[in-house]
This record gives sequence, C-alpha cells and structure tokens, in this order.
Amino acid sequence: MADAMPAAPGPLPVGPVGRRGLGQWGVGALIASEAALFVYLLFAYFYAAASARPGWLLEPAPKLWPALPNTLLLLSSSLVAWIGEKGVERGRRAEALTGLIGAFVMGAGFAAVQVYEWSIKPYRLGTSSYAALYFTTTGFHMAHVVAGLVILAMLALWVALDFFSPRRRIVVSAGVLYWHFVDAVWLLVFATYYLTPYLGFAR
Amino acid sequence: MTPAALRVPAIGDDTPELRARLHAIWATAPGWKGWFTTVDHKEIGIRYIVTAFVLLALGGVEALAIRLQLAGPDLRLMTPEQFNIFFSMHGMTMIFLYSSPVLSGFSNYLWPLLLGARDMAFPRLNAFSYWVYLAAALFLYTGFLTGNGPNDGWFNYVPYAERQYNPGLNQDFYALGMVLLGISTAVGAANFVVTAFKMRAPGMSIDRLPILIWGTLTASVANLVVVPAVSLAFFLLWLDRQFGTSFFRPAGGGQPLLWQHLFWLFGHPWVYAIVLPAMGMVSDGLPVFCRRPLVGYSLVALSTVATMILGFGVWVHHMFATGLPGLSLSFFSGASIVITVPSAVAVFAWLATIWTGRPVRSTAFLFFAAMILLFVIGGVSGFMTASVPVDWQLTDTYFVVAHLHYVLIGINVFPVVGATYFWFPKLTGRMMDERLGRWNFWTMFLGFNLGFLPMHLIGLFGMPRRVWTYPAEMGWSALNMITTIGSFAFAIGVLLFFVNVAKSWRAGALAPADPWGGSTLEWALPSPPAPYNFAVIPTIASRHPLWEEALDENTPRSTITRGMMLDTGKETVTTTPLDAIPDRIVEMPCDSWAPLLLAVALGILFVALLLKLWLAIALGALLVLGALILWLWPQRRLLEREPAHG
Repeated sequence: MADAMPAAPGPLPVGPVGRRGLGQWGVGALIASEAALFVYLLFAYFYAAASARPGWLLEPAPKLWPALPNTLLLLSSSLVAWIGEKGVERGRRAEALTGLIGAFVMGAGFAAVQVYEWSIKPYRLGTSSYAALYFTTTGFHMAHVVAGLVILAMLALWVALDFFSPRRRIVVSAGVLYWHFVDAVWLLVFATYYLTPYLGFAR
Repeated sequence: MTPAALRVPAIGDDTPELRARLHAIWATAPGWKGWFTTVDHKEIGIRYIVTAFVLLALGGVEALAIRLQLAGPDLRLMTPEQFNIFFSMHGMTMIFLYSSPVLSGFSNYLWPLLLGARDMAFPRLNAFSYWVYLAAALFLYTGFLTGNGPNDGWFNYVPYAERQYNPGLNQDFYALGMVLLGISTAVGAANFVVTAFKMRAPGMSIDRLPILIWGTLTASVANLVVVPAVSLAFFLLWLDRQFGTSFFRPAGGGQPLLWQHLFWLFGHPWVYAIVLPAMGMVSDGLPVFCRRPLVGYSLVALSTVATMILGFGVWVHHMFATGLPGLSLSFFSGASIVITVPSAVAVFAWLATIWTGRPVRSTAFLFFAAMILLFVIGGVSGFMTASVPVDWQLTDTYFVVAHLHYVLIGINVFPVVGATYFWFPKLTGRMMDERLGRWNFWTMFLGFNLGFLPMHLIGLFGMPRRVWTYPAEMGWSALNMITTIGSFAFAIGVLLFFVNVAKSWRAGALAPADPWGGSTLEWALPSPPAPYNFAVIPTIASRHPLWEEALDENTPRSTITRGMMLDTGKETVTTTPLDAIPDRIVEMPCDSWAPLLLAVALGILFVALLLKLWLAIALGALLVLGALILWLWPQRRLLEREPAHG
C-alpha cells in the first residue's frame, strides 16, 4: 500500500487562457441546447409536411433569390468574425475591430434582407400551418441573429476599449463561436425550407 | 504588471490559519444583501429544497381536495371546472415544480461536496437557475390564485388547450410559465454537466463517481436537449392562442398530434430525469446502512446511462391509443419493454447489497428499502402498459394513475425523504428525530399503499381518469373511499415529516461530521460545511475515500488533510473530464446581483407577454439585455480581461 500523497501538479494555467477555460464549456452547453431547439423546430416542419395533404406547401418551388445570396452573406460573415478573433489572438487591434465590425455589418445586412423577404411573402403568420412554421422558424433564427449581433457589437466595444490580449480573450472566442453556431444553424433552416421542396419532399 | 499565467499551486496542510483565510475569502456577505446576492451552492441548494417542499405541500393539498370530491359517488364539492383546475395544478406542481427541483436542490447542495470541489462550475448561473424557478412557480401560482390555473391536465392536450375551447388566460399562464421554468431547468442542467466534467477533485476518475453524480449527470444531459422540446411546444401553443397561427389546429393544416410528439419527446426522458438522481440517492445511501459498498457499481452506473439512452426512444408509448401505424407501435412497445432491463439491474444490485450487508434499520434505510418495493410495483405496472393491447385497455383509466404514482412517489418522494433523513445532519448540523421518523415512515408507507394499491383495481374496473364524479351504480364507490382514506393517511405521514424537519432543525441533537459512517467525501467535512467546503483540495485514490482503512483494498490512500491550498483568492482547480488530472486554476465569482436582476427582468418580460403590453414587453426585453451585459461584462478579477489593459 502506497503512502498518501496529495496531487501536486506542476505549473498550471491560471484563469482562462486563449480560448480555453470553463466559459468555453458553458457556451458549448448553450449551443447544444439551442441546437436541440432548432432540431425540434425542423422536426415540427417535417412532421407537419409528411402528414399534410397535397398543396400544403405554399411555395412548392421557393425562390432562391434573395435567400441564396443572403445565405452566402451570412456564412461568409462567419469567416470575417474568425478574422476578428485571429486579430485579438495576434494582438492586432485594428484587424480585430475590422473583423468584428465587418461581421456585424454583414449580419445586419442578412437580417435586413430577411425582413425584406418576409415583407414580400404572399402569406402571413396566420395563413396556414406552413406559413406559421416558416415565419416561426425563420423568426427564431432571426432572434438568434439579433442576439449574435448584440454580442458582436459588445465584443467590438470591448476590443476598442482594449480589454483583451492574446492571452486573455476567452470572451471573444466564446462570442465568435456563438456566431458560428447562428450561421451554421441557418444552413439547416435554409436547406429545409428552400431546398427540400426541390428534392420532391412534401410537394 | 500582469500576474503570471502559470502557477504551481502551493501544497499545505489543513490548518486553522488556512481556514480563517479561506473563510474571509469565500463567506457570503452577511444580512439581506448576502441573502440576495449569494452564489454559494449550499445556500442555493437549501433554498431549492425548501421551495420544492413548500410546493409539495401545496400540490398535496390540491390532491386531498381531489380525493374529497371523489370519495363518494355524485359528490358536488367542486364544480367540474374547479376539478379540472385542481387536478391539472396538482400534476403540474408535483411533476414540474416539486419532483425535479427537489432533486436539483439536493444535487446542488451535495455535488461539490461529493466531488471534492469548492463550488459548482458556474455559481452565478446556479443562483440564476434558482431565482427563475421561484419566478416560474410564482407566475404559475398567480394564475391559479386568480382563477386562471391550467385546466387541461399536466400534459395539456390540444385541441382543448386551444383558445376556441379555452378562452381564459389559464393556458397562457401555463404556456408562458413553462417556458420560464424551462430556462431554469436548462441552465441548471448545463451547470451540472460542466461541473461533473470539470470540477472533480484530482484522482476522482470517472469510475470513482458516486452514483448520485451519474444519476444527475445523465438526467442533466437529457434535460439539456429535451427541455427545448416542451418549451417550444408551449410557445407554439401560445402563438396558436394569441396570434392565430395553426400549428396544432387542423382547420389551418395543423397537426394536433404534433403537440403530443413534442410534449412526450420531452416528457418521457423527463420521467427518467426525475427518478435517476433519486435512484442515485438510494445507490449511495443504502450501502452506508448496509455497511458494505454497493454491489455492481459499474453495472449500476452503466444501467443509469442505458436507461436514459433507451428513454429517448419510448415517448410514443404515451400515444399508443392515437391511431399511429402498427409498425411504429411495435418499435416503441419493444423499446419500452427492453428498458426494464437496466432498471432491473439497479433493483438486483440494491437487493444484493442488503442481502450481503449488515443492515442498520434507520429511518433513512426504511425509506430507501421501501423505494425498492414501490419501484418494483410501479415498474411492473409500467411494463404491463408497454404492451400495446394491454395499454389499449388501460389507457386513460385509474390504472395508469396508480402506476404513475407508484413511480413518482415510490421512486422520487420516498428516496427524497430518505435522503433528507440521511443528509439532514450535513445540511443543518442537527440530527432528525429517529423515533418520530419511524412514525413518519410507517404512516407514509401504509397510507400510500392503502391509497394507491386499490387504485389499480379502480382502473381495471374501468374508471376513467380526469372524471369529476361517477354514479353509484358503477361499483367504484368503496374502492374510491379507501383510496381517499389512504391519501389522507399518506398526507399525515408527510405532515409528520415536515414536523420532524421543523423540530429537528430548531432543536435536534447536534450532528457530528460523520453520523452514519459514510464512505464519500461530504462526511469528511464538518456539519454543516464551511463556505469553501474543502480547506485543501482532496486527492482521491478510490471509490470510497472514507472507507479505505476498513475495506483495505491495498490501493494508495486518498488524502483529505493535505493538498493544494489555493488561498490567494476565491480560487479552485479544474481537472480533465475522464481522469481528473488538474489542468487549471480558476477564479470563482463573488456575490453578485446579476442573477437576481436577470431573473426579475425575465419575470417582468413574461408578465408583459402574458398581458400583451407591448411597451412593457420592450422594457422587459431591454432589462433582460441590460442584466445580461452587466453579468457578462469582462472582469479583471475573473481574468476575463487583461488587467493592464483598458
């Protein structure tokens, strides 16, 4: 039987360093739960679609203009946000601000186009269950875009105030990770509402 | 100057000087300010437990009112509408406001102590989760007190829940209240998951976790991904009712069954979420009174996880009578039958533990042992209804009501009361009265069985659930009277429990650190523990750190009196997810107003949504935003920003 020896680790990082820390786990859990929310929203769509009568789809051939370019805009904003994160990582504040503000502007552009698209739809929230699902799912996503925009704006403010360094920057990494999630989940929403009808689903 | 990003933690002994230093750093501020701003998991855990027990009492009074109305045929104590509200409130209170929060309370209190940690991973989130739970409970009970309680059963099927049939605010209170409560459950679950993976003492590898950790961890992983289903369902219902959508209304192409799918996608995993931690309590508590380790630790841990994994695939067994295709019924029937296997593993492990141990018949032991019997009865009746043809006979009868009470009271209330007798000394520093405890146990046990065993027969004789009254010639009168008498006896038993808690808390015998000779870390601490829990971070070498001498398994010993001191700030250490090797020193947050502010802001927002006051909704949303920014503003002390910058 060995003697009782307490764990005596060598040098340990103190507090969050880089993008590693407890906060990273917290954002991971938030994203897991939010991803589940979108899974249920899409489940509701597929369930309603699979059990609906023909003619349920109000748009059997959804127009890809302006949705497709708007999707590309949102996806590329993820890349720009990543450049912003890298800027903080490398200690280049101008690059960081450009990336974060750039991603904010692109995200805001996406939101504006989405609102425009809502306004030109020939149906409203109460028209049918398809319409309710379409507006609610894209509406939930819009709420996440708005939350992401607030986060990007706060990050830009904090970078402008010179809060961070290459070492202490977990807040930036966590915020940008959330933005990646907002963009990735849109791909699923887009594919469901705009692409699956072309594959023949529920037509 | 920036502090070094790397540090070798100083090793030291548990001394009074160290304790004094840590106390100054970790103690919550005194007085009302500390009361509102504390982030101490022990304080929050006790609040959770007390609040949940208050709600248990309220739900119990509602149940007694129901039983009075059903005591004899053709009674007119309540109107049918009142009866609807009472049984719905009873179900909602017990399932959502008591059974899960009480387990969160115990886990909140116990987890860091069991894990050798100084607090949960996210202490402010922990406080927030409690405040939102309280807000949701107040919100839902405001509905009840203003005559707007839920009135469609706890699972609230459409179309009756739709506005066309249910024009009052009842369903809006329920819908928004559940969305609010869902926030509390989800953030609490996230906190448990991260705490389990990151906050364990060095050496507490994943095969050395107490089963309570396995139970709550499994339940929390499930809650994290299934709570959004019910929050979404209730939100969509609210849109249907208030904004003319047709998610669940066939007239607009909607699907009433979509409600049932979303509800039970959540609802069945939830059933396991409110029993697995309680089963963990028994798995950890029972062996202490049997003076031996749990038989089949690995099997019990794995069966906990297996139960939940299978539990995701059984939700349709609540919907056997809805006309779904036969193939789908077969699949879900099969899954529901298979799920009895991991449950049986736990039962046999407990029986073997008692059989091969030397049982000490304390009150806690009696409650834990009774749970095994009630679990078997509730399990067998559940197994019966897993078979589709049997379910078609029994669905919507009192047989199902009897089944679910055996499950929920048997596997939640009995273990929780046992756990209270077991851990009360740790929570309060005082022992509960064992003599009163015997009266408490036997009244509850006999009252419960007297009330609910005949209820199976009432169901087999065809009495449907949720009926307001019944005619004398149906032949259900005598059994209903017995059930009512049993339910009152059970209520007296619960009352004795509350009396014992109140009496013992005030003037019980002072408790030593380890009154039962326990095996896990919490019994190494004074009763009640100091604000920082562990003066030095313990190092764990086995599954039973306090039984190593007795078991003498020829392994290295755990160390509890010497270790990392981490006394230069409100600090603790995190470890790797599987092997629990130290990987970081972390700064923990101090008392904070942010959790309470955010919860109040959410409360304002939800009241405004209920009343559709647009200006107040905007104000509430802004308050939520402000509270979040206040919370997340990077702090130098938490090393979220560079001290030399900005």
